[in-house]
Amino acid sequence: MSEAVKPHLSSAHLLGLLRQMVRIRRFEAKCAELYQAEKIRGFLHLYDGEEAVAVGVEGQLRPEDSIVSTYREHGHALVRGLSMAAVMAEMLGKREGCSRGRGGSMHIFDVAARFYGGNAIVGGGLPLAVGLALATRMQRGPGISACFFGDGAVAEGEFHESMNLAALWGLPVLFVCENNLYAMGTALDRAQACTDLRGRAESYGMPALTVDGMNVVAVEAGAARAIAAIRSGGGPFFLECRTYRFRAHSMFDAQLYRERSEVEAWRARCPIRLLSGWLQDSGMAHAGQIAAIEAAVDSEIAEATAAAEAGEWEPVGDLARDVYAGGDRQ
Amino acid sequence: MTADGQITYREALREALREALSADDRVFLMGEDVGRYGGCYAVSKGLLAEFGPERIRDTPLSESAFVGAGIGAAIAGMRPVVEVMTVNFSLLALDQIVNNAATLRHMSGGQVGVPVVIRMATGAGRQLAAQHSHSLEAWYAHVPGLKVLAPATIPDARFMLGAALRDPDPVILFEHVMLYNASGPVPDGAGCEPIDRAVVRRAGRDVSLIAYGGTLAKALEAAEALAGDGIAAEVVDLRSLRPLDEATLLESVRRTRRAVVVDEGWRSGSLAAEISARLMEGAFWQLDAPVARVCAAEVPIPYARHLEQAALPQPAAVVAAAKAAMGAR
Repeated sequence: MSEAVKPHLSSAHLLGLLRQMVRIRRFEAKCAELYQAEKIRGFLHLYDGEEAVAVGVEGQLRPEDSIVSTYREHGHALVRGLSMAAVMAEMLGKREGCSRGRGGSMHIFDVAARFYGGNAIVGGGLPLAVGLALATRMQRGPGISACFFGDGAVAEGEFHESMNLAALWGLPVLFVCENNLYAMGTALDRAQACTDLRGRAESYGMPALTVDGMNVVAVEAGAARAIAAIRSGGGPFFLECRTYRFRAHSMFDAQLYRERSEVEAWRARCPIRLLSGWLQDSGMAHAGQIAAIEAAVDSEIAEATAAAEAGEWEPVGDLARDVYAGGDRQ
Repeated sequence: MTADGQITYREALREALREALSADDRVFLMGEDVGRYGGCYAVSKGLLAEFGPERIRDTPLSESAFVGAGIGAAIAGMRPVVEVMTVNFSLLALDQIVNNAATLRHMSGGQVGVPVVIRMATGAGRQLAAQHSHSLEAWYAHVPGLKVLAPATIPDARFMLGAALRDPDPVILFEHVMLYNASGPVPDGAGCEPIDRAVVRRAGRDVSLIAYGGTLAKALEAAEALAGDGIAAEVVDLRSLRPLDEATLLESVRRTRRAVVVDEGWRSGSLAAEISARLMEGAFWQLDAPVARVCAAEVPIPYARHLEQAALPQPAAVVAAAKAAMGAR
């Protein structure tokens, strides 16, 4: 393994990864609470259980890189450095929201962070990521583009078209498949003739790697390897992260399609529990440090929520704002 | 350009592309067979040799991916021109056009602009049957966030593309297949009327014939025939299908007090329906007759020449509709 992709197993680094995962977990717990309180409406898709993927991958990205995400993107947005208050305000539909209340939970955007959205069409973000990478290539820019998608997207034509185009043109795209075994309620083996998703990449001559998506260190190491290959001009890379969604698909899901025992088995491999347990067992961190992280995260969430709740409603007179540039022409 | 100083619609489009590619490094052309083949309607013939494969990009038959890639590249500061062979094929990219290009600016609270131009052929008349001949402009014109243009003249073919590329929003450019070989004098000047304006192509006082794209020539032919019968028809070329230049339409119809809309789309849910509604809303008290429509027959466009022609709006039907509106049966 080269120097560039060697994992950093220092205590400070691992505590940083833990902190990011805890931020996502607790932020979304707050979101679920606000959903119950009917302050957040529409669809709300929680990332609960999958945090190691966003944290492990995005830690390896640079500011000049671009990200395209899915409708389950709160975690991706927070790790990318979007203001938690702006994300929360968006969930509440406030004008202070990062998308001025036009997007909601599924459409978090921040161009300054090169975070090109939550895309709520499964597979719909992949062609955008290819185009972002194409622009970078044509502009001789330094960045890569990373797109997140689930196992469900692998069944979409846009997945295959995008994988082929990126490989054909050798574009710097990191395809991150968050394989949580279910496309909403349809299990992978009920949707795919071949459940080994790496084979899809191989069919386009694209290098691929499968990592344990519940282990943030493994995700980070895999992402580092994939991104190093892309940055060295090797073209696109397919990174499959095997993970699991602990909670329902959305807030309207009775979870009739899976057994409670299956969920419990995966919960035992919770990425936060795994890392914090390992840190303590190995003596790299003590309970007090972890409690301090949790307390700091809780106050960040409290402040972000208070700021978002204090936000204003966009005037209805501005309804047609931003349909077109510089006006509201119909 | 031909020896007699004429230029075809196809050549005018190619000149527009060449000018845009020369003037702005951010512009590139991408689509199926735009490079080595020279474009399925030969619009981009020769451009690969002139600008190279980086900027004249042949793509796989992956409409969703390459249209989406054009959108992504536009977001990141490029000015892509994406060619889709026909409007029928564009349905394979409908997700990208409707769910991404049209929504991103609004859905991101104004952060993400998509300055992409998507060109596609539309319309019937070449006996290509039901999967290559439809006129689905109205589907795109339905969608807020898109701008939809239909150049019907040589000057518009020459200059609309440049204007579309200067526009910060996604623009769809419809090129009617029967216009590619049309020819006319080389346009002078450095531009066309603003792209969101309808233009009166023939002045008249008795009835307004409202057309666009492939139906403009038919409306003009009908106007000529009507003139022989003493009816002075005005012909209005929509040019922009979204936004619609309601002011120009209403001004014309308030003067002529009668209107016939000529549209190659199917009548149900058509642009003609929209225009008819707007004329009713804005000029009801000035109308002397119901607004008439001459549209495609409600069938998938058939192959056999006589059937295909029977399915399309024809000048004779426009003349008949105009005479009916005049009460001169």
